[in-house]
Amino acid sequence: MLSSEPIISVEKLTKKFGDFTAVNAISFKVVKGEIFGFLGANGAGKTTAMKILVGISRPTSGNASVAGFDIYTQTEQIKKSIGYMSQRFSLYNDLTIKENIEFFGGIYGLTNRQIREKSEALVEKLGLQDKFTRPISDLPLGWKQKLAFSVALLHDPKIIFLDEPTGGVDPVTRRMFWNMIYEAAYRGVTIFVTTHYMDEAEYCNRVSMMVDGRIEALDSPTRLKEKYGVNSMNDVFVRLARNQDKAKVQ
Amino acid sequence: MKIKVENISKSFGQVQALDRVTFDVKAGELFGLIGPDGGGKTTLFRILTTLMLPDSGRATVAGYPIANYRAIRRSVGYMPGRFSLYPDLSVEENLKFFASIFGTTVEANYELIRDIYVQIEPFRNRRAGALSGGMKQKLALCCALIHRPQVLLLDEPTTGVDPVSRKEFWEMLGRLRQNGMAIFVSTAYMDEASLCDRVALIHQGKILTTNTPTNITATFGRPLFAIRSRNVYEVTRDIEAYAFTRTIYPFGEHLHYTDKREMPDTNELHDFLRDKGHRDIELTTIQPTIEDAFMELAETQS
Repeated sequence: MLSSEPIISVEKLTKKFGDFTAVNAISFKVVKGEIFGFLGANGAGKTTAMKILVGISRPTSGNASVAGFDIYTQTEQIKKSIGYMSQRFSLYNDLTIKENIEFFGGIYGLTNRQIREKSEALVEKLGLQDKFTRPISDLPLGWKQKLAFSVALLHDPKIIFLDEPTGGVDPVTRRMFWNMIYEAAYRGVTIFVTTHYMDEAEYCNRVSMMVDGRIEALDSPTRLKEKYGVNSMNDVFVRLARNQDKAKVQ
Repeated sequence: MKIKVENISKSFGQVQALDRVTFDVKAGELFGLIGPDGGGKTTLFRILTTLMLPDSGRATVAGYPIANYRAIRRSVGYMPGRFSLYPDLSVEENLKFFASIFGTTVEANYELIRDIYVQIEPFRNRRAGALSGGMKQKLALCCALIHRPQVLLLDEPTTGVDPVSRKEFWEMLGRLRQNGMAIFVSTAYMDEASLCDRVALIHQGKILTTNTPTNITATFGRPLFAIRSRNVYEVTRDIEAYAFTRTIYPFGEHLHYTDKREMPDTNELHDFLRDKGHRDIELTTIQPTIEDAFMELAETQS
């Protein structure tokens, strides 16, 4: 059961680049332990909004708090309370599994003892004992992503931000990856995830749909499908984004 | 046959990228090469576009053996996975450039690209590097088409593209096929298989099967069930511990389940889950999707 305690609160958050409004007064809340899908078309403003929430970009106006910290004044505390992984940047290919864990553990300020214990548990859980001292580049993409997810959780963050974590990953590994997400959420970690796979949108407790800088819809997948009278999240997506295109033409 | 591939193999050091790959593509056919990253898709495109030679096997493209690179390069349109137009040239300049290196003009073949080009024409003076993802993709397709190729080779044109742009792109391909062009397109999105006339599923360098999407899902070979519950995580864990579970995977709002037995007893599974405290289980028999079929074939053939 989800709590009702908000861990991300966003109010009228806006980001402008010159006269282009990338994020247009968006407001939403994410509760502790929720799997929150942050969806939208290419160029809708998802990445810009996410950069603000992880504390590496300053908004033009509006307010937000992440893990209880303010996005204007407490960005360093935010960075310590969250984990982040994306399809592109995950781990250092030239370092071994062991070195990557030590490196990221060190960055997040874990003690040597904590790092040792965490890496033993992690490697055993993923069944990577025999690859522990091999470079990451030897691992298949799916394993790299599972490892990257585990490393992003190394410092026990309250929230983990996942930016298209499963792009191009094979279907079985993609599902093993989602099992890891479910497990983390079950332990109370909040998951904030973007994806282009609409079946993965269905795995979320709630999803928001961004169109041209605004949040056009936000609800559980079941209720969104009911509202738009369609059978899949893909159709919800197409309906929302297409409506917008039509409105622009008129 | 516009593309004919017979027993093509290619290794890079210890890694076998392609292992005796065989299939063919007819004129007017939209043929999909479907599989995850690292499966060998791009290597196969490089071989068919004469950018790389295979270790063994034979292939012809537009009727020419792959050693005849001059003839093939004139006959194919190629859209590589990475954006590879000139970012400093405008939309119009890129298009003219590609027309001129193939010894033709934009006007001579405008008919073929009109449907697609009208969508980017308002930006014809914009630098290609400054276009949005969807626009870049449309321009790249126009440039690949401008010399009226017999064979169109598209390496993951929809990767990282949102569902709406993906849908539009496939609609364009569907119309192009009517010109008699053979279209060979790769994707990691399994749901795009249903938009192809025929597909080859590729995994770890091997073709798992080649057929129409309908025939592939029809040969799944065992009953498949969809299970729905609010507590996906707990239900999955409990089903993993059930004695007759063969596979259990999340699929959108459902879990897909196969049973070890030939005649699965779903009432028993229902009872098992009720004993574990799950009261909201909905269990139905369903038709498999291409993704179900892919996972099944990848599992049984490796």
